[in-house]
Amino acid sequence: MSCRKLLSEISNYLDGEIELTVRQELEEHIAKCPNCWVIFDTTRKTVQIYQGCECEPYPIPVSLQTRLQEALRKLCEESQTKQD
Amino acid sequence: MQFSGAAGKMQFGTMATFDNPPQAQPLPRTGPPPSDDLELVEQAKQGSLDAFSKLVNRYDRKIFRLTQHITGHREDAEDALQETFLKAFSHLKQFHGDARFYTWLVRIAVNESLMKLRKRRTTNAVSLDEPIETEDDFLPREIASWDPSPEQRYAQTELREILDRTIHSLPPIFRTVFVLRDLDQLSTEETAEALSLSVPAVKSRLLRARLQLREKLSQYFRRETMS
Repeated sequence: MSCRKLLSEISNYLDGEIELTVRQELEEHIAKCPNCWVIFDTTRKTVQIYQGCECEPYPIPVSLQTRLQEALRKLCEESQTKQD
Repeated sequence: MQFSGAAGKMQFGTMATFDNPPQAQPLPRTGPPPSDDLELVEQAKQGSLDAFSKLVNRYDRKIFRLTQHITGHREDAEDALQETFLKAFSHLKQFHGDARFYTWLVRIAVNESLMKLRKRRTTNAVSLDEPIETEDDFLPREIASWDPSPEQRYAQTELREILDRTIHSLPPIFRTVFVLRDLDQLSTEETAEALSLSVPAVKSRLLRARLQLREKLSQYFRRETMS
């Protein structure tokens, strides 16, 4: 496997969406190529860091929740009026 | 092809051997949680605002994360969130349960967010299917080892700012795919469905997004050398 081919397969590898033979070739390559090992390792960490940090929910401001609920209520009333 | 730059040979020597393989396991995926979405959707179709409110409460944070990441603008993200749920409620009868309700919602949210983004830009250059990928656009320039847990160098708030800022430096087509796949953990097929893209296009953009983020994050996470 070439370095370029390895780059193109990193994502598939991390997602477990890779053919067995390609996976074996990739593992053999990163065991021998220091630069590719670093790229592989730091790409994996990139995804892990995002997934670890982003577990925290994005809080919805109360004002936005209120605004949305009011808009939905109004929309609901309008659609019921149309049906009547 | 040979990459330039100094690799972390000490780490390589200790981790990547056949006796001690490089711990290259697929990243865990939790998959969609079991839910009664369809039941709530049916009740909402009959006019139950309570049922629809439960769906809002279930997904509003994830949709807010998505609209914030796409628009990169707080006010636009809030508006896009509101319009997403209003549009979903108005067009609920068009949802037939062929896909997950959340995937359908994401599709609306992406469209609403992109419209906001277009309005903010002077050019109309925001699209999810721009052919901007080139053969060499993912070749690495930064090849430096990171510590095992480099994110621990930063306080949580600072880390979140770094990650948000870095995501937003990606083109919209890349960051949207990254958010759906790696943060929302939608499958490749669901992401393709939500964005009206092919599966190969999703994979290609996810690869580029991850490699570009890796490149940009290296300035924060690269191993500090002893002076």
